Amino acid sequence: MDLRLTAEERTFRDTFKTWLLANLPEGEHSGRRETDPDYMNAMRAWQKKLFDGGWAGVSWPKEFGGRGASPIEESIFLGELASAKAPERVGVIGEGLVGPTIIAAGTDQQKSEFLPRILDGTHIWCQGFSEPDSGSDVAALSTKAVLDGDHYVVNGQKIWTSFAQIADWCLLLVRTDPKAPKHKGISCLLVDMKSEGVSVRPLRQMSGDSGFNEVFFSNVRVPVHHLLGDLNDGWRITITALMNERANLGSGLYMMFKAAMDELMAKARELTQGGVPLAQNPINRQKIAQAYLELEIFKLNSDRALSQISQNAVPGPEGSILKLYWSEMNQRLVRTAMEVLGDRAQLDEFDQGRWIYRYLRSRGNTIEAGTSEIQRNIIAQRVLGLARSY
Amino acid sequence: MEFELSKPQQLLQESARTLFQRTCNPERVRELMETETAHDDTLWSEYVDQGWTGLTLPESVDGLDLGVVELAALMEELGRACVPGSLAASTCAGILLNELSSHDIAVSMLQEIVEGKMRAAVALHEEVPDWDPTNVQASLGRGAGQIVLEGEKTLVGGLLGADVILVVVWDENELAIVSVPSSHEGVEIRSTPGIDRSRPLGSVRFNSVTVREDNILGRGSAVECALQRMSRVGAVMACADMVGGMQWMLDAAVDYAKTREQFGKPIGSYQMVQEQCADMLLLIESSRSATYYAAWALSEDAPDALRAVSMAKAYCSEASREVGDRSIQVHGGIGFTWEHDLHLYYKRAKASELSFGDATYHRELLAKSLLDD
Repeated sequence: MDLRLTAEERTFRDTFKTWLLANLPEGEHSGRRETDPDYMNAMRAWQKKLFDGGWAGVSWPKEFGGRGASPIEESIFLGELASAKAPERVGVIGEGLVGPTIIAAGTDQQKSEFLPRILDGTHIWCQGFSEPDSGSDVAALSTKAVLDGDHYVVNGQKIWTSFAQIADWCLLLVRTDPKAPKHKGISCLLVDMKSEGVSVRPLRQMSGDSGFNEVFFSNVRVPVHHLLGDLNDGWRITITALMNERANLGSGLYMMFKAAMDELMAKARELTQGGVPLAQNPINRQKIAQAYLELEIFKLNSDRALSQISQNAVPGPEGSILKLYWSEMNQRLVRTAMEVLGDRAQLDEFDQGRWIYRYLRSRGNTIEAGTSEIQRNIIAQRVLGLARSY
Repeated sequence: MEFELSKPQQLLQESARTLFQRTCNPERVRELMETETAHDDTLWSEYVDQGWTGLTLPESVDGLDLGVVELAALMEELGRACVPGSLAASTCAGILLNELSSHDIAVSMLQEIVEGKMRAAVALHEEVPDWDPTNVQASLGRGAGQIVLEGEKTLVGGLLGADVILVVVWDENELAIVSVPSSHEGVEIRSTPGIDRSRPLGSVRFNSVTVREDNILGRGSAVECALQRMSRVGAVMACADMVGGMQWMLDAAVDYAKTREQFGKPIGSYQMVQEQCADMLLLIESSRSATYYAAWALSEDAPDALRAVSMAKAYCSEASREVGDRSIQVHGGIGFTWEHDLHLYYKRAKASELSFGDATYHRELLAKSLLDD
């Protein structure tokens, strides 16, 4: 057991930090994707900058234009980006999900058509998985594709699609064999979002912003050479990439939550109640310490999972433990913050409404990317070996 | 970065597991728990043979000179098998003595501890238990060329059957450690059985016990540092013991849920039971990450070692109680019986939760380091 970074890992970190310091755009980097074209342009510019610096697709093999970084190095990369409060990476779905799936299952033509454009930010991707009637049971999806000559004709609806308002392409799961068992009748299509028959409607969340969308497909024609992998093998090829993604998210999320934690501690020292700093109230002290230790243990769990992946090469269902942990932990963290900060935290003018946003947004954490109920099922059935219940 | 136990660390853990499977099955655990000391001479001589009585002690006293990670790996197995006796308490005494090893007597005691010829216990708590040593009341009286120890200590682990007691006292304005043979005149030892019979506690009264100057093994800042080190390593040992115990409680619950049938199906096929098991696993894996990180940080003297220990102890203390509760619940009625072994672990978990500071105590330590200047 040795938790120090190796010499290579340190070099990787230092090289990236140096680059980041020289290339990070100035100012605060937040905005609303759907309403703010300046923000969008800035995000695209940032993706291009990362690419020019050799920092796009860090974990991709070198032969496909990546940097060949190990899972631990990738985690260092994401952690440094988050701690520098760098702009959101608009290519995150392309780099994290679509690229690795194309590398694993794509044709040579698909590789040369798509991979370079993911890296340089020409193509922004979204993923069309969830549907109104298939959330947790995503394999029951009903958006269908029917072969018509050298095209598939797609009809149906997707929901909770991040980036769809601005995406150029969509990695779409469709039903191609309605008679097969549900996991075996799904195929994966690469769909141009500018195709005729695609329409996008932003979905407004309880926090007021619209990070997600509904996407409608009406007789959308997709050329057969944009089928990814074999026909009816779409579930298998995408699930691997999803599991990879789940395990690697940790360090970026940690830095994001840590920023909130640090802000909370600073506020608790600065603000008073009854003439006493909030940070001196014994109950607040207990709550803050609990939130802090839960956050740090998330980082440790995440590092331990990465260390396991590095040795065994394959991420397992253990990623579910991480997801379950961080989603519920963040909800407790933000709840604690709202309790400690008290009455004032309900106002938009307090910290620019950041706490309200975090508080409301955190409700989605235990729903998105597999609900806590689904994660517990996966842990019970695939890690502990209890019988399937559905 | 490598977060897993190394090959040699895994081997140490596996050999401990094998030893306890062979020599300390649940029937033996129960037999020992019926005794006042819970001590087993045969088991102890195995410890000596394996070098575990001096696992972290230097080679100069024939110790194995291993780190806190190895110690945690061993303690996890003690917890998993609910091993009775005072290995952890004796390890604490060894750590304390090692920190005071500028003293000749401390060194010769260490040698005897490693060889298994001596067992020692550290007496800190008094009538009002407090993990902060500066709150002790016991003191040395000096006058007429004599040094006299007066006071009472409670909740002393490993006391029953110990040859020597290391007593935390005030000597004028300084904290000091005095070694007192348990058979010394004026030393009155009392067994104080409680919830955990696998590691019995005792109290000891010192009635005007005369002490030789060279039995004062250290004083002042050296003693404060030594006690701090002992408390931190002790807390990590307690965490590792809890991790092992939690793993046993989860494994038992999962095994039971796979075989116990109600409504014609194994209860483990019902999601409410599955949820309990999934939550236990999350608590255990998180406890394990926190414990091994704290052990590593202590071994490496990392700058955040103190915080890491408090985080681990606060988290594990609550997690092990929680896992115990859930395991009993999954077992249903049988989990509530004397016949089932679950209560042995449940009780040990409660004692570990309280030892070296409970969750509230460690959260306050953490808050101090995070929120105060």
